[in-house]
Amino acid sequence: MFELIVQTIANAVIASSFTAIIAVGLVLIVGVMQIVNFAHGELYMVGAYTLWYLYMEVGFPFFGAVLCAVAVPMLVGLLMERLLFRNMRGNLMGALILSVGMVFILQVTAVWLFGEGLMKHIDAPMSDVWNVFGLEKAVVANQRLLVLAVAGSIMVSFWFVLKKTKLGWALRACTQDPEAAALQGISIGKVSIIAMAISAGMAGIGGAMMAPLVIVDPHMGHTVIITAFIVMIVGGMGSLEGAVIAAVLYSFINTFITTFADGTLATIAGLLLMLLVLMIKPTGIMGTREKA
Amino acid sequence: MRKLNENWQWSSTITVLLAVCCVLPFVLRPYQLDMMIFMFVYIMIVSSFRLISLTGEMSLAHAVIMGCGAYTSTLLYKYTGLSPWLSIPLGALAAALISFLLTFAIFRMKMFYFLIGSFAAAEAIRLCWLYFQGIFGGFRGIGRLPALEVDIPSVVYIDLGHPVNFYFFALIVGVVVLVILYRIEHSRFGLNFHATHWQDLLAGSVGVNCRSYRTIAFTVAGGFAGLAGGLLAHYVGAVNPQLYALGLMLYILVWAIVGGLGHFAGPIIGVVVLSVIDEFARSQQEFRPMIYGAILIATILFLPDGLVSLPNRLKPIWNRIRGVD
Repeated sequence: MFELIVQTIANAVIASSFTAIIAVGLVLIVGVMQIVNFAHGELYMVGAYTLWYLYMEVGFPFFGAVLCAVAVPMLVGLLMERLLFRNMRGNLMGALILSVGMVFILQVTAVWLFGEGLMKHIDAPMSDVWNVFGLEKAVVANQRLLVLAVAGSIMVSFWFVLKKTKLGWALRACTQDPEAAALQGISIGKVSIIAMAISAGMAGIGGAMMAPLVIVDPHMGHTVIITAFIVMIVGGMGSLEGAVIAAVLYSFINTFITTFADGTLATIAGLLLMLLVLMIKPTGIMGTREKA
Repeated sequence: MRKLNENWQWSSTITVLLAVCCVLPFVLRPYQLDMMIFMFVYIMIVSSFRLISLTGEMSLAHAVIMGCGAYTSTLLYKYTGLSPWLSIPLGALAAALISFLLTFAIFRMKMFYFLIGSFAAAEAIRLCWLYFQGIFGGFRGIGRLPALEVDIPSVVYIDLGHPVNFYFFALIVGVVVLVILYRIEHSRFGLNFHATHWQDLLAGSVGVNCRSYRTIAFTVAGGFAGLAGGLLAHYVGAVNPQLYALGLMLYILVWAIVGGLGHFAGPIIGVVVLSVIDEFARSQQEFRPMIYGAILIATILFLPDGLVSLPNRLKPIWNRIRGVD
């Protein structure tokens, strides 16, 4: 029993790190542009597909493929920013509906390029496992540890950028008050482009890291976007710290319920948690600003 | 005089459309007839969706509410052997009741939060269908529902399992539902829905209880969605949770927005136009979502009020071509 709990905690920590990079990417866009990108899960899907194609089909080395899997979603994201979101900044509903359109388009593109029915298996580049603290029955595959390491280092470096650099100041200023930031000479257009690139890149690397561990199919973004929405609402719209805290909270609840009861029940619990937060404190645990 | 002229135009258009609808089943191929039946059901759903949007909110719970009607009707048939003629209306009532209960939770939110909140509530209900396998049949749902039939001994027998018969049945129900929805919207009562949307503070200050009007709109729309869901379940003969997932909800959203939520005819036009486009793209079935996505994006960017606003947008251009100013 003790070992099962240790195992579950280890799983939950890894799930937290993954959920956090996806949710932080989504929340960053909400903060800077006041746009909810429904296609964020599809950017994750694009990342996973890029990794699968380059690593398994073309024969790139794993880390080369990962780099490309960051670059391709980034390009798609920038394209979306340029063509769609630029005119819709601040129009939450309009942009949301536009990104729903993008969801359809990206999914069909994936099917069109690579087919739907084929199993897209990816050999994990690391096959060893690590026994947590030497416990025999608590095992974590090294591939999952890689997810933790990569996601963790990305979060740390992103935090460093956010708190210590001029770009981070600009990003935070836009999140807090876009108009005041513009008055101080920050170009919201440029900051939006950078935010979109960071957000899409995070989704892409999330997809690339998870691709060997999950089933790669055109609809894989679905579950991820639902999780990200729950985390975003629980953490508070536009609050990056809130997103991280909520990601950890949600992942622990989700993993424990999945392990000790049932996966569907865990999703229901997550949705009810979100509903509860929406009813009691719509600004989320870290949100301070009331938004329409 | 102009008003009279417009009325005359509308009624003649509707008469012609109904006449065409009556002739169609004898011209169309069987699968096209099938598509038309689905279209009528979707028109009911999207029009009831518009009733909610009149009060200013977009609900992502509508597909699941429709499923509630279908599931209730199915379960009543399965466990009590009730005739579908009773179980479908009861399903509609149940859907309305569930909508009413949902309003207590989700009407604390507005706009975007409402969208997400309604989605969360609906998805939780849908996952319950998956989780409680003993009652709802889990992933596979419940199958082998009987077809509807009108059977009054020694007077009349109509087998509604036959597509042509069901087509007329769906047409009649659809027209009745649309007339009711139209009457609701254009009554004194319905004016309050508009007031709740555009001027909720002002409406509140002159004694309109906005919250209760929003609740009524949501409940009534839920009831009609449940009715449509029950009909569809008995036509298809099965229910399962996947039918009412986010995919259908997004389609409802696309139909409503592409058609235009600002006018009663908008959502209907949206369903019809997109279904016709579907029909032309039948050979490329897998591209259907992409076509929908592209049309949705183009609509939002270039025609924010939907297809229904197209004539008004084209009028100046047409006048310029004719040289009239």
